[in-house]
Amino acid sequence: MTGPSRIGGSAGESLPFAFAGRRLQGKAGDSIASALLANGIVTIGRSFKYRRPRGILSAGEDEPNAIVDVTLDGVRVPNVRATTQALQAGMEISPVLGRGAAFLTRVLSPFIASGFYYKTFLWPHWHLFEPAIRRMAGLGRVDPASRMTAAAGGSLSVDLCVVGGGRSGLCAAITGARRGQKVLLVDRQDSLGGSSLWRGEGCADLVAEVQALGAMVWTGATAFGAYENGRLGVHRQGEGLASGGSLWVVQTGEVVLATGAMERPLLFERNDLPGVMLADAALHYLRRHGVLCGSRPVIATNNDSAYPVALALAGAGAQVMVVDSRPASARSKAVNGVRVITGACIARALGRGRVSAVELDSGQRIACDLLAVSGGWTPTLHLCCQAGGKAVWDEDRVILVPAFPVPWISLTGRVAGDWAAPDDLPWEWAVAPEIPSSGATRKIWVDLQNDVTLGDVELAARENFTSVEHLKRYTTLGMATDQGKSANLLGAAAMAQATGRRATDLGLTTYRPPYAPVPMAALAGLSRGALQSPLRRLAAEPAHRAMGAHFRDYGGLLRPAFYGTDESSIAAECIAARQGAVVFDASSLGKVAVMGPRAGELLDFLFAGRMSNLAPGRVRYGLTLNEAGIVTDDGVVLCLGPEHFLVSCSSSHVGGFVASAEEWRQTRFGRDQVFIHDRTAQWATMSLSGPTSKAVLAGLGMVATLDDQAFPHMSFVMGQFMGKPARVARVSFTGERGYEISVPSGLAVPLWQALIAAGAAPLGIEALGWLRAEKGFLYVGQDTDGETMPHDLGFDAPRLKRKQGFVGDRALQLPVAGDAERKQLVGLARADGGLIPTGAHLVEGSPRRSIGFVTSSHLSPTLGRGIALALVEGGRARIGAEATWFDLGQTGRATVTPACAYDPEGGRLHV
Amino acid sequence: MTNPMIKPGPMICPFCGPRDASEFRYGGDPSVARPGFGCSDADWAGYLYVRENPRGLAREYWVHSQGCGQWLVAERDTVTHLVLRVTEATP
Repeated sequence: MTGPSRIGGSAGESLPFAFAGRRLQGKAGDSIASALLANGIVTIGRSFKYRRPRGILSAGEDEPNAIVDVTLDGVRVPNVRATTQALQAGMEISPVLGRGAAFLTRVLSPFIASGFYYKTFLWPHWHLFEPAIRRMAGLGRVDPASRMTAAAGGSLSVDLCVVGGGRSGLCAAITGARRGQKVLLVDRQDSLGGSSLWRGEGCADLVAEVQALGAMVWTGATAFGAYENGRLGVHRQGEGLASGGSLWVVQTGEVVLATGAMERPLLFERNDLPGVMLADAALHYLRRHGVLCGSRPVIATNNDSAYPVALALAGAGAQVMVVDSRPASARSKAVNGVRVITGACIARALGRGRVSAVELDSGQRIACDLLAVSGGWTPTLHLCCQAGGKAVWDEDRVILVPAFPVPWISLTGRVAGDWAAPDDLPWEWAVAPEIPSSGATRKIWVDLQNDVTLGDVELAARENFTSVEHLKRYTTLGMATDQGKSANLLGAAAMAQATGRRATDLGLTTYRPPYAPVPMAALAGLSRGALQSPLRRLAAEPAHRAMGAHFRDYGGLLRPAFYGTDESSIAAECIAARQGAVVFDASSLGKVAVMGPRAGELLDFLFAGRMSNLAPGRVRYGLTLNEAGIVTDDGVVLCLGPEHFLVSCSSSHVGGFVASAEEWRQTRFGRDQVFIHDRTAQWATMSLSGPTSKAVLAGLGMVATLDDQAFPHMSFVMGQFMGKPARVARVSFTGERGYEISVPSGLAVPLWQALIAAGAAPLGIEALGWLRAEKGFLYVGQDTDGETMPHDLGFDAPRLKRKQGFVGDRALQLPVAGDAERKQLVGLARADGGLIPTGAHLVEGSPRRSIGFVTSSHLSPTLGRGIALALVEGGRARIGAEATWFDLGQTGRATVTPACAYDPEGGRLHV
Repeated sequence: MTNPMIKPGPMICPFCGPRDASEFRYGGDPSVARPGFGCSDADWAGYLYVRENPRGLAREYWVHSQGCGQWLVAERDTVTHLVLRVTEATP
């Protein structure tokens, strides 16, 4: 008994690594799996459910067993597939151990069949048992401190994408490139050549031609998903373990799949013993890594593809025995130096912890240190099936084929069922799976990663979960991270046999992306941390910082919340606004120009109020609605001149307003009569407000006159600031006299500094929110919801006067719009002057029912009491009445008031 | 696919040429006409909420939202997702 060992030459850099604490040496070019085998390690981990020892089965992404946690340079990556991860010097590799509780696995394992949890933990309630069971489940351990990196992916458009860089794929790429197509060749391995790298002599000539023709080649890349309209998702591996790689969306004109086929295991008792390996994998490790996986291998097969493996292992010095379930053939007689037993099957594998012998169905026992198996081949049809191809079993060709052609996908090579014979002998490689009867044993494994046995499949059949989709969900067959690549077809065939049907009647479960796991880091790409949702910033940010502004994120905009070290400065800012002059950076307010002969007409259509009759120099407030009559934004419109308007929508609604305006412009008004230009970022706006604001502004000398007759509220004048145009509008969101001063954004800092120097105090957005709430001025989206119509806010004219010709006009006449119990915006006040929590519900009746909720609530520094805005059913009719509020178990009383709690006459605008 | 000569490919904006599909946003059904103010409540509700869900060829509004911003009318096969023709949207 020697087991696997490295027999290849000493070429290649030596790479030290550790497995389960043991210091080992691998070689450059090794996968983790080949390095472990080269060190004679057969048992890699413990299984998910029953904690059975497991070894390496395959050499690719179909591997169900060899899942490990790897730490390198302080980064821990869980659940790495040892067969596809390249070895790096310094890797600390730990086996992934299934955490099934010891008593469950040792004592109860005969009883933990499919549906065990469903049946056993049903009473009194599953949730009672769930936490403990969840702790037992799962594989590797995630280290939250470890962060994988990722590179920028992107999109790419090609005429032809060839998936698979073996001989067939290389030929397809050459054909396409010769036709003049822009070709992308994608292959998951780090070298082109596919299985010819271990089954043949490589494809150096074809690789050279592909490169000479200028086709793009991505090695170390996996096309994991086929999506609508010829798009493929491709994951490119990064450099090293800690790199999540990059994600690409490839738009193709056509796709050639040259993805080959995957070898199936054979089903026999204890077929999960370490030392049982796919025959093709044994050849892979020998030819690619110089690792002979056993010196006395038994090769069990039901097809011809294992014979070249037998010859290669024998050629490497192994004592090989072939067990072929078929009668003797020309091929079985033609293998020199290899003993062949024909017409025999493996009944069971023997050995403690690893395979040491096999027992044939005849009872004969053969000692061995490797059991290489070949149960036939399953074409890798995943991408074709994801695109709607649907795999079915072809009884005549005894192979899996797509039932429906996908027009943009063609197949070539082994995935299409074509495998050229390596010699002149008949080459029977396509065979049907052979399913034994489980009989008395429960130890024939169909899905190794999820520990599903043949007995589980038969149990599912007995309990009438007979469709493949039910089989999957009842037994979890095919649901592990290998997605059942080695198991699904065997599972379906087993179900067909258990229910007396043909495999053709059953089909396979739906193939879904991804073909192989894609790291979350790659899916996120660069879109995380500060780049996940990059903040927009104000031009005057340095000036705000210089004044001690505390910044917060407001809908993606970084804005000064208040000026000072803590929120206590908010009240002081409010008082300053009511008593002196304050300046607020309102640069993010929309400045959307609408111009052209039909500009007024478009604005009349966009606003629930007329704008076209606005005289140049005047400003008007308006609401925008959607076609359901729901308020989407509010803002003011400035008439800059004939056929030229500027819409000042709220900061967070600029994008939405422009998108909606463009939709109507292009689909209803036409592109040549009206034009929309978003100038928001080109102008900085400082909003000066307060009873002394006029005097502060006068000190700047920006405009010719500040006389209230010539320059009344809701008008604007043009002036100059530092030799550049300045627009000064008399509007107010605080309720005090106010001037909004807009200058080219390059002058944001000097304008801010000039206003501060002239005597204005800084005002943050928090204080503004309090001031406007005192006035009952609403924030659309905070003080409105998805049902709020203009008349719910007190703007009755559009509905009552049956105005028409604007977005949402007809919706305001629907019966629902006239409901007396609609939620209306009102104020609330507590008798004790206290605060009502934002979000509190207003309740009435028994049982208690919500009649509305608090949308904004602050302790007003101006009034010295709590104020609140609320949306309340029939709210305006309740003004003066008492109401009960409820919040997180607390209740209290409040009086319903008008929304405006401060200066309802508006006299402060003119102080 | 109705026409075997038509291959998948990038969306072709009449203003910008072939562009990645992620630059475009769906914009609704251009055949839905906005009813007049005198329409019935049911007509307005239908205009707001009732849409065809065709299998096969469909005319759809798309917006080149991450590109030139223009509204387009695309003829798209909802089964294969192939876009057969794209023209600019007009009133």
